[in-house]
Amino acid sequence: MAVRARVLIRPKEGILDPQGKAVERALPALGFEGIEHVHVGRMVELDVEDPARLGELCEKLLANPLIEDYEIEQI
Amino acid sequence: MKWGVLQFPGSCDERDALQACSLIGEARLVWHEERDLEGIDAVVVPGGFSYGDYLRAGAIARFSPAMEAVAEFAAAGGPVLGICNGFQVLCEAGLLPGALLLNEDLRFHCRQLDLIPEGFVEGSQGSEAGKSFNEPLSIPAKHGEGRFWAPEEVLDSLEARGQVAFRYAPGQNPNGSARDIAGVWNEAGNVLGLMPHPEHAVDPLTGSTDGLKVFERLVQ
Repeated sequence: MAVRARVLIRPKEGILDPQGKAVERALPALGFEGIEHVHVGRMVELDVEDPARLGELCEKLLANPLIEDYEIEQI
Repeated sequence: MKWGVLQFPGSCDERDALQACSLIGEARLVWHEERDLEGIDAVVVPGGFSYGDYLRAGAIARFSPAMEAVAEFAAAGGPVLGICNGFQVLCEAGLLPGALLLNEDLRFHCRQLDLIPEGFVEGSQGSEAGKSFNEPLSIPAKHGEGRFWAPEEVLDSLEARGQVAFRYAPGQNPNGSARDIAGVWNEAGNVLGLMPHPEHAVDPLTGSTDGLKVFERLVQ
């Protein structure tokens, strides 16, 4: 029985995230004030038969652990 | 000297790489599903957008049969050159240190640049050539994800070991790369990756033939 999981992947703290910066800079022009520290990552949703292997999957493919952090959420 | 130039779905610079290699030896394409590098003396992992750059540039290409063969080839000391997307693939595969991130200004840059050759790894294939390899090279770069990044201690170690192969000339860093690094060697000195495209600078028609020196250096 497969389990649905979500993996959230984001740039590591301290690594310049130009996408987040670009979004942040665009917000005041649209009237959104008081928003900072915007970071853009990605989310992978998948069905997995053996959730114990998700960590390995993230380390090997879904994330690059040198530059990205990830969180696994089973839903 | 026989060169093998990898070809993934989404590669786009393999023909220019093939042409560049054929100026200094024989060359053939190696389809991504091939595992056999028999008779090949040096490998080029070319530029482009392998597997659509899905997930991260180079992330999926690294699991192709051809790349598994290249990893064994490199481990046995075979010379490997990764250009642009090929550099990204080699970093993802762990054959080169660091990672390539989105350009700092989020723009795709395409321009002719001066590269300052720098390191050579003592005792490696690159070392003899490295000693007589001091002039800046005029080579084009074209990429959106070329910002070389590695932790500070890794950057220090790359500099200390002579693994920085090229830096962008002062003021010409197009992507925000750490310490202006445009290309690096692996620790053993047989694997070289760089973001600019030496294969596009091999014919006087396009303004510079400096790119050939990069190919020659790899196998000297």
